[in-house]
Amino acid sequence: MSTLSAALPHLPILQVVVPLISAPICFLLQRAGLAWAFSTLVSWLAFATSVMLLRAVMADGTIHYEIGGWAAPWGIEYVIDAANAIVLVIVSGIGAAVSSYAPRSVLAEIPASQRGLYYTAYLLCLAGLLGVTITGDAFNVFVFLEITSLSSYVLVAAGAGLDRRALTAAYNYLVMGTVGATFFVIGVGLLYMVTGTLNIADLHERVPPLLDNRTVHVAFAFIVVGLGLKLALFPLHTWLPNAYTYAPSTGTAFLAATSTKVSVYVLLRFLFGVFAPTSGLMALTMDYVLLPLAVIGMMAATVAAIYQYNLKRLLAYSSVAQLGYMVLGFAYGSVDGLTAAVLHLFNHALMKGALFLALGCVMLRVGDVTMHGVRGLGRQMPWTMAAFVAGGLSLIGVPLTVGFISKWYLVGAALEDGRWWIAALILASSLLAVIYVWKVVEAAYLREPPAGRTVREAPLSMLVPTWILVLANIWFGVDAELTVSVARTAAMGLLGVAP
Amino acid sequence: MLELILAKYNYWIVIVLMMAGLYVVVARGNLVKKIIGLNVFQTSVFLLYISMGKVAGGTAPILTGKDEVFSNPIPHVLILTAIVVGIATTALGLALVVRIREAYSTIEEDEIDEAESLDMTADLAERRR
Repeated sequence: MSTLSAALPHLPILQVVVPLISAPICFLLQRAGLAWAFSTLVSWLAFATSVMLLRAVMADGTIHYEIGGWAAPWGIEYVIDAANAIVLVIVSGIGAAVSSYAPRSVLAEIPASQRGLYYTAYLLCLAGLLGVTITGDAFNVFVFLEITSLSSYVLVAAGAGLDRRALTAAYNYLVMGTVGATFFVIGVGLLYMVTGTLNIADLHERVPPLLDNRTVHVAFAFIVVGLGLKLALFPLHTWLPNAYTYAPSTGTAFLAATSTKVSVYVLLRFLFGVFAPTSGLMALTMDYVLLPLAVIGMMAATVAAIYQYNLKRLLAYSSVAQLGYMVLGFAYGSVDGLTAAVLHLFNHALMKGALFLALGCVMLRVGDVTMHGVRGLGRQMPWTMAAFVAGGLSLIGVPLTVGFISKWYLVGAALEDGRWWIAALILASSLLAVIYVWKVVEAAYLREPPAGRTVREAPLSMLVPTWILVLANIWFGVDAELTVSVARTAAMGLLGVAP
Repeated sequence: MLELILAKYNYWIVIVLMMAGLYVVVARGNLVKKIIGLNVFQTSVFLLYISMGKVAGGTAPILTGKDEVFSNPIPHVLILTAIVVGIATTALGLALVVRIREAYSTIEEDEIDEAESLDMTADLAERRR
């Protein structure tokens, strides 16, 4: 007990260091079973840590942690407020669910010699994502972003055992991701040139008075485009569909639910926690660049999803559309808009996590996640398909699911701003989502299974984590008080509005 | 005009390298060349950081007890990290190229695209089956 209470003040660093140190240990374990057990244990520890941090932040306000006792701005500081505490919870929560689900799926999809390495890459990715989220230092964001990216390229390429296109998907992701991260680091360098600091809190004090400085404009452009590449903002999303389609099921579920969300968070942090534009060129960028791109992305990607035959690719396009909703939320620049964005960030991770895990079950039993493969599965794998349908309903935004809560706040924020046409487009895109979800439902429930195919329901070890995420979709859809209050606190914190 | 170019020559070098690197990434079909382009692009950023830390007439930042003008070491240290990141990216990129060559027997983008459209046709054939 005494060691636990001694560890409590160090939770912020433990959040990142535990998964980071565990990655090489996992590598040394070699055997897939051991590596899996270890990485699952670490994921749950990280989840417990993040829940404790969120509780502490909601109770006592922002936590500052100086690494190695070096005070900011000389040392690197970890800063946890409501905005990143909730992102930490969702990242580590999805990590815990996906890694609990993993062993059967990994056994089926990844060659024996690579399984231990796959878990190692997963742990590195988890550590990177948590690091990006928790740090209060702009350059540290870049370092963790690259740890995340490098390990996610490996996670995508691990699908090569099933389809060689995983390799080219990973390669394209690597090229685009590196260009994005390098753009980001150019922006950070230019900000350092003007302000002489890398600490995000210091930047927040020194950048806003310089909003007419041309170097700051250039930095803003580089950071927004760089992060736009990372978060797959339309039309910078071209790496995403292939990466999600060809990565192993568990890799797709983890990346789809976490990595783009963390990039959205970083963009939020820089837009509002550093630049905080209220007028001038940058505010115009939000209105005339980010907002239209978000709206076009939301519509175009939804339409693209309707025409997909491979369900993983369908969900990937739907992800691009959903990222449009998030960017839309913060392009309003209001407390309500930002609340909706943070809320949707959390909710969308739950939906996509559940949906991709359900597809992983289909992949295990049928080996084919296309419209053809799911034919007749409604009767043969009832629990799996029920999970998929529940996730799909959430994606559409049916009441009693988290999707409804997100849409409710997004539409509310749009109407409050008097942008009724955006509210109309959000509803239109939700109606289009009905089409692609219905196509899957039709194939699974109304078509006959291919003659002679007998498949069993997925094993419990995979169904339970899938259903935990599905139930979370419903739980937070019925009782949204917790998530809404955290999201609102986060939005107020980011905008610097007193509660 | 010439003076403007000469006085800020470090930035001009950075911009030229940056554009050259990006151009190679976009325009070349050979996967190894793309990685090299990415490298040049990253190198331009290293130079951007390193040259920004230089203070005219400054020495190395060593504590001598005397009041000396010294260059800002922080950008240099940052770039050490970025170089490590760059090496890791290059290594991973090249490793992927090796695997791609094993799987497709080519590292030319257009030939890979052709092979992938064949894969796509195979998928379609399976759909009809």
